[in-house]
Amino acid sequence: MPVHALIVEDEESILLSLEFLLTQEGYSVATAQDGAAALKAASARIPDLVLLDVMLPHIDGFEVCRRMRANPALRNTRIMMVTARGRETEVELGMALGADDFLTKPFSTRELMGKIRILLGKTTGSPPA
Amino acid sequence: MLTGALIVVISFAYVGLLFAIAYYGDKRADSGRSIIANPYIYTLSLAVYCTSWTFYGSVGRAATTGIGFLPIYLGPTLMAALWWYVLLKMVRISKAHRITSIADFIGSRYGKSHLLGGLVTIIAVLGIVPYIALQLKAISASFTTILQYPNTLVSFTSETMPFVQDNTFYVAMLLAAFTILFGTRHLDATERHEGLVAAIAFESVVKLVAFIAVGLFVTFGMFDGFDDLFSKAAAVPELNALLVQGGAGGNYTTWASLTVLSMLAIILLPRQFQVAVVENVNERHLNKAIWLFPLYLFAINIFVLPIALGGMMHFPAGTVDADTFVLTLPLSEQKTWLALLAFVGGLSASTGMVIVETIALSTMVCNDLVMPILLRWKFLGLTERADLSNLLLAIRRSAIVLVLALGYGYFYLAGEAYALVSIGLISFSAVAQFAPAMLGGLFWKGGTRLGALYGLSAGFLVWLYSLLLPSFAKSGWLPITFLTEGIFGIDLLKPQQLLGLQGMDEITHCLFWSMIVNVGLYVSVSLWRRPTAAEHSQANLFVDVLRHVAAGSGSRFWRGSATVADLQTLLGRFIGPERASESFAAYARSQGINGVEQLTANAVLVHYVESQIAGSIGSASARDMVASVVVEEPLALEEVMTIIDEASQALAYSRQLEQKSRELEAATNELRSANQRLQELDRLKDDFISTVTHELRTPLTSIRAFSEILGDNPQLESDQRTKFLGIITRESERLTRLINQVLDLAKIESGAAEWHPSALDMREVIEDATTALSQIYKGRGIQLTTDLPDGLPVVYADRDRIFQVVLNLLSNAANFCDKPESKVHVSVIEEDTALRIEISDNGIGISAADQNIIFEKFRQVSDAMAGKPKGSGLGLAISREIVQHYKGRLWVVSTPGLGSTFAFTLPLPRSKLAFLAA
Repeated sequence: MPVHALIVEDEESILLSLEFLLTQEGYSVATAQDGAAALKAASARIPDLVLLDVMLPHIDGFEVCRRMRANPALRNTRIMMVTARGRETEVELGMALGADDFLTKPFSTRELMGKIRILLGKTTGSPPA
Repeated sequence: MLTGALIVVISFAYVGLLFAIAYYGDKRADSGRSIIANPYIYTLSLAVYCTSWTFYGSVGRAATTGIGFLPIYLGPTLMAALWWYVLLKMVRISKAHRITSIADFIGSRYGKSHLLGGLVTIIAVLGIVPYIALQLKAISASFTTILQYPNTLVSFTSETMPFVQDNTFYVAMLLAAFTILFGTRHLDATERHEGLVAAIAFESVVKLVAFIAVGLFVTFGMFDGFDDLFSKAAAVPELNALLVQGGAGGNYTTWASLTVLSMLAIILLPRQFQVAVVENVNERHLNKAIWLFPLYLFAINIFVLPIALGGMMHFPAGTVDADTFVLTLPLSEQKTWLALLAFVGGLSASTGMVIVETIALSTMVCNDLVMPILLRWKFLGLTERADLSNLLLAIRRSAIVLVLALGYGYFYLAGEAYALVSIGLISFSAVAQFAPAMLGGLFWKGGTRLGALYGLSAGFLVWLYSLLLPSFAKSGWLPITFLTEGIFGIDLLKPQQLLGLQGMDEITHCLFWSMIVNVGLYVSVSLWRRPTAAEHSQANLFVDVLRHVAAGSGSRFWRGSATVADLQTLLGRFIGPERASESFAAYARSQGINGVEQLTANAVLVHYVESQIAGSIGSASARDMVASVVVEEPLALEEVMTIIDEASQALAYSRQLEQKSRELEAATNELRSANQRLQELDRLKDDFISTVTHELRTPLTSIRAFSEILGDNPQLESDQRTKFLGIITRESERLTRLINQVLDLAKIESGAAEWHPSALDMREVIEDATTALSQIYKGRGIQLTTDLPDGLPVVYADRDRIFQVVLNLLSNAANFCDKPESKVHVSVIEEDTALRIEISDNGIGISAADQNIIFEKFRQVSDAMAGKPKGSGLGLAISREIVQHYKGRLWVVSTPGLGSTFAFTLPLPRSKLAFLAA
């Protein structure tokens, strides 16, 4: 069963690029352009990975993260937050709310994919032993 | 029957008792346990007002004028009610400036004037010496009466007896000795005499007790109480008349003038000034004296009428002089000891007055008459003499002897003459002349030395001419024609009918004319000439005394230089070196300075020394003496004015300071709020930068991601490559636009933007904008209509900027239109003062909450229905800045779901307004 990823991003061109990259990696990809749609999509099919933009209209990325973490069904889901502002406080807040990793825009596609592989390998990949 | 020897022994014993009391009083004072420091002794000492004229004379006056004796006591009672203000001021001034007599007071008030002090002294001596003589006569007459009773009408004339055999002469000598002993024991700066005051207070008790004893005897011993006495008197027609005011009791003018005279006398008689002001221990004693003293007057007057009426009913008419009723009534009833008590009472009334009056006059004569003259006579070398204290004492003692000798001489010469009998009121009239200068000086700063001098002199001359000289004429010393025909036979100059004024008694007549010229000249001359600097400063100190701090207040208007040693030596010359060094030590202690050598000769010290010397020789002379060791820089009026100016400048400065401090406070508040604004702006700037960063990073993210994708995937199909490259191009454009707009906004906000205003035809601008966007509108199927009237007035603005605004609003409108049959309508409306441009769409509309925030930077309306807004988020912010730059407004009216209307105004030029108005 392929890794299922949910991309939450309101900026269309960025969403397009992320979708291309994860599809190329062989993941099944779902997308959402705001917080409400993201939560709906996550409960419709539990993703292994969520790429979550912080600056979302109405319900922002932090709130989405908090609600996802409050959902026991999503306890194994890895959440990587993506922000264009890159403030220390945002990183800390995101991590405190239960995000697994943080990435700042603009990012290197290789770095992004590397982080994702590590993130998924830790939990879903075969244990080293 | 009383023998002469017994009476002489009793008289001398009584005076001996006074010596003892005075000695005890001084001893107590020296040991610091004053027996006079209480309001009761103070009140009793004030009762020195009641002389033998009261003791014997009131009964005599009541026998002829009925209740006509009352005004003399009514006046002081009325005045007592004003003491808390008038007398308190006099006491405080005198204590502050070491004033020793009324002459000193008046002289000091008007710039420490020698001339004025001297004039007051002369008037006082001329007016009072006969009064002293009257007292001596009373002693003599009472002595004769008691000795020769029942031969009551044997006329006692001093001419029949050489004065060496006259007991009165010895009494006078005794009084001189007493006065010298207790009045000039030492030269004290305060010039207070505790023993003497104690003796005077004792005398007041004696005369009151004696008079009441006689009264009680007459009323209850000879008659059956007041009812019996008065009803019997009322039965006698001529006595009944005495009891009715306006009958024999004198007319109302007489009452009024006597009341006024005695009101003034109670504060202006030298002896009253002495006991009430100079001898005052504590100004709080005034509070009690204000009601106690009238009470004393009341007590001593209760039995005046009963004794007078009793005497007149008891003795056949014309057989006994009513003035002697106090003595003869007890004698006629063989109450020898009561008569003796009455005699002692009369003696006490006389001696008390003589002693105090002599002290007061001798102080004046010494300080205000003799010393100024002696100090002026350079050949005497007084100003260089090391120790003047002995000389001063000698002068003071000589003055006492002189005053008493004058009194005795007048008594000896005048005898029974009219001039002596009526002298009481004549004296009152004399001292009443001090009233304008004194009371004016207390309450009116404008009174000047010259005014006081003119007023006093003129009033004195009127008194002399209309009262004293006529009394001489009546005594036969001047031709009686002086009185009946006037001087040189001129009718208008008849002394007691001046300028033809008739219908007044002589006292009222004198009071009327003397006060008219006195007050008139005092006021008019004072107003005519401005006060000198010295007068000005003294006037302030006197009139405002209740507001000043007492000590050292005289030093404010002084400048000069001196040495401490010089000042101490100077003081030593007047009060002796030892007392001077004690005085300096006391001063140093009071200033909190450790030892005399630490003192500096500043204005306060100089003032202190001056006031100490003033106690010995009077304030005017004291100033001269101080001036001899102090190099004083005299204050011209201009300088006093400068001082006053400086004071008012200081006041103004302090007001300015207050103002400044208020301004500072306001500035601080402004700074605080400015700081808050700055912090707010700083936060906004951080937000802005953060937002800009976000807005920049978003297109960059796409560009970088797709560039890497293209780089890493050379095998990508060509349509996908084309699509990704298109995204990169579009995002790059977006980035460029964003950067330009950020810079644009920053420039406008910072004021660095360049504006190139020109006359704009808005119709043309709008047409250009619609043309520029026509392709986009067509592409989206939006219908664009315009309503642009002809002949629009021009506005002055930067064409490119206004074009930018219209373009921005048109593209926003297009962005809000996402349904078929979308319409955008542009119109221009000419208002009174501006052109209004409206751009309406029938798009999604904007919620009320969002209408407020869309003009903020990066605050785009993003709606689920609208999707992601397409602008940078800066367009409206920039547009509003531009419109506001030209004093216009940019706003939106919108109903969600039905569409929005964006409108802005551009003001018309003023000339257009003027044109419209015309």
